[in-house]
Amino acid sequence: MSDTLLKTIFGRLTLESFPIHEPIILGTFIAVMLGGITLVGAITYFKLWKWLWTEWFTSVDHKKVGIMYMILGTVMLLRGFSDAIMMRAQQAMAFGANEGYLNAHHYDQVFTAHGVIMIFFVAMPFVTGIMNYVVPLQIGARDVSFPFLNNFSFWMTAAGAVIVMASLFVGEFARTGWLAMAPLSGLDYSPDVGVDYYVWALQIAGVGTLLSGVNLIATIVKMRAPGMTMFKMPIFTWSALVTNVLIVAAFPVLTAVLAMLSLDRYVGTHFFTNTGGGNPMMYVNMIWIWGHPEVYILILPLFGVFSEVTSTFSGKRLFGYTSMVYALLVICILAYLVWLHHFFTMGSGASVNSFFGITTMIISIPTGAKIFNWLFTMYKGRIRFELPMMWTVAFMLTFVIGGMTGVLLAVPPADFQLHNSLFLVAHFHNVIIGGVMFGAFAAINYWFPKAFGFKLDPWWGKVSFWSWVVGFWVAFTPLYVLGLMGVTRRLRHFDDPSLQIWFIIAAVGVVMIAVGIAAFLIQIFVSFRDRERLRDWTGDPWDGRSLEWATSSPPPAYNFAFTPVIHDLDAYYDMKTRNAGRPLTGFRDIHMPKNTGTGVILAGLSVAFGLSMIWYMWWLSALSFAGILAVSIFHTFNYDRDFHIHADEVARTEEERTRILANAAAGA
Amino acid sequence: MTSATNVPPGAQDAVSFYDTDPHEHPPGQSTMLGFWLYLMSDCLIFAMLFAAWGVYGGSYAGGPRPSELFELPLVAVNTAMLLFSSITYGFAMLAADEKKQGATLGWLAITGVFGLCFLGIELYEFSNLIAEGAGPWRSAFLSSFFTLVGTHGLHVTFGIIWLVTLMVQVSRKGLIDANMRRLQCLSLFWHFLDVIWIGVFTFVYLLGVLR
Repeated sequence: MSDTLLKTIFGRLTLESFPIHEPIILGTFIAVMLGGITLVGAITYFKLWKWLWTEWFTSVDHKKVGIMYMILGTVMLLRGFSDAIMMRAQQAMAFGANEGYLNAHHYDQVFTAHGVIMIFFVAMPFVTGIMNYVVPLQIGARDVSFPFLNNFSFWMTAAGAVIVMASLFVGEFARTGWLAMAPLSGLDYSPDVGVDYYVWALQIAGVGTLLSGVNLIATIVKMRAPGMTMFKMPIFTWSALVTNVLIVAAFPVLTAVLAMLSLDRYVGTHFFTNTGGGNPMMYVNMIWIWGHPEVYILILPLFGVFSEVTSTFSGKRLFGYTSMVYALLVICILAYLVWLHHFFTMGSGASVNSFFGITTMIISIPTGAKIFNWLFTMYKGRIRFELPMMWTVAFMLTFVIGGMTGVLLAVPPADFQLHNSLFLVAHFHNVIIGGVMFGAFAAINYWFPKAFGFKLDPWWGKVSFWSWVVGFWVAFTPLYVLGLMGVTRRLRHFDDPSLQIWFIIAAVGVVMIAVGIAAFLIQIFVSFRDRERLRDWTGDPWDGRSLEWATSSPPPAYNFAFTPVIHDLDAYYDMKTRNAGRPLTGFRDIHMPKNTGTGVILAGLSVAFGLSMIWYMWWLSALSFAGILAVSIFHTFNYDRDFHIHADEVARTEEERTRILANAAAGA
Repeated sequence: MTSATNVPPGAQDAVSFYDTDPHEHPPGQSTMLGFWLYLMSDCLIFAMLFAAWGVYGGSYAGGPRPSELFELPLVAVNTAMLLFSSITYGFAMLAADEKKQGATLGWLAITGVFGLCFLGIELYEFSNLIAEGAGPWRSAFLSSFFTLVGTHGLHVTFGIIWLVTLMVQVSRKGLIDANMRRLQCLSLFWHFLDVIWIGVFTFVYLLGVLR
């Protein structure tokens, strides 16, 4: 075949695009392939494809979508963490004559992929998954406002993850750092496919994130049970509302700035170039206008989780509920007024830097108020140190330190010294691991029994807890020290041998975290194996206070046979103290949305579109885009989108629950 | 629902904890709110593009300036096309409210024609600029001009595709509730694009020529 024909079909994809000469990648590829073939083979052998497709992939049930988000986050955590281990190992050995085992080309991809994956495909799926699962249950709704959109959002996020993963084996990923700063990310300095992988993965996943934000706001505003006024909303639902407002008001900015970057790369415009009137600092400003709210998008839902956990496990109403809500709202607004603190060194002058330094410091006030509220909730409470509470206490201790180093960085003169140093790296890991990851583990341990009907094994949970918490401090305290000594981030090799000991300690820490992750996976495996021992029949294993504990575990598809009526902030606690009985008769048909495969198909076409744009296979781009349009339009011609769960079936399900509850009461 | 925290003993039965009355939630009760939220997010994309215009509007890089490029009479005609299309969409909604299917479809068709005229004139303007050597790659000013105006044009294009789809659906299913909701969403979208265009006309064309 002629070269032109090959180029027309495959764009810039050639045999050299496959990194078969890199032994590390080849080994990974073989391992992933073997694992993948085993998984596919097992699913085929046990004939699970139909079940997966009808019960999970096409499901519009917010609970199943939520669980799929959590699985996506967990899988991507393993990938992102492998990158972390590689970096720590490289930095622990690459001193003096030793070049380490990663070349610069590979190392730069590793730190970029680590950041991108951990933020977009671990932390985001975790918080979205938790909100998806819990919010409708907490507000007494049957599902979200737009169930199909919810399924579609998940698959778009998964499509973005697929594109990032593809970059590992075909071509390469960006070598720019996780925000792909211009002009480094422009065509002049990054002519290969790496940045294009970055752009299309984030654009496609961003569609999912934005739509899920719209969906959850509409759900919280429109679908609350009768009696649940805004100030009787559970605090986690409040945090979810504020988070999703931030998502809807921040992600379009990312979409716009990445679109401009891709125009620079594909069309030859001059937004962020050094020439033609472009201005790279415009990119830095715009990406951080999204980027700073993004860090609050990550942490606020977990603040909600900690509030729920503290209140439940202290056996007390949350202290200062109203101030908690206002703190969330103030953080929501201030999140948009601090972006410039990420680049004080831009040189915008003393006045501008002072403004952003002060707004940044002000954020610590509502955050501090929340910490005190949690402490006062615990004060004189009967605290039960179960796993969710342990994670919460660890969070409070860890996050406060991370917050204080953040305030330190908010001082512009100090920032000029610490900018781009390992001190900064230690700071944001301190708040993201100490806040988001600890919170995700608190949430998983707290709501797992709701989702599956049995608790997670506490012994392995404690192994995971201690490994994570101690491992975190062993891994990141050295980075604080190194950062104060002036070591900059993203370095592959060091000359000064006196620094090596700190990197070796950090590597020991990351091994401890690895034990923590392994123990977490073992914890889930052991819990599934011993589920009868860990079974909870009541649906309320923690003596909970909010509505999700009022229904069975796992909840039926319709969540509540009758919509609850709310009289108090701690709605379920109120029901329990006043002996509110479940209605046992008079069930009616329940109106539910039908499953659909459209979300999976659209996301699949989006992967094809993204990959073809990355590799310049224009014919495939045109074809897949036309496919996306056609499938979307075709979907709108389907008016028959719902069905009824028959009253008899509801009655059967509810009678079963009555029987189980009676048995549990007799057993207890 | 009144607060019932201080219920005297023995009166618990009076408090209902479950809504046992039969009632159906009307389908699509969140649709308009959801669509508004989407539109506001879209508005932010335009906000960023306007911000880019604000920064780059004077970065000519030695190339042509707005006053040498923009033909205001043509833009005025174009603006009129879009404004007329908004009025005719309004008439379509009035007809739809009166359940006049034929009139609705007629006004929608006229709206689509105005929309196509707008796009045609915009493409003519773009091709002229590119032919003059003032394409989006010439300078940051032209990059932000083409991106802002082009993104608006892309929205109008999708609006027209949506409009045609809806016309088929209305003619097949009639003005049922689901179709009325869709018409209302497209109505919001269409008028939203008009509002954006007012901003483009003012800040890009009128103030650009004054620069």
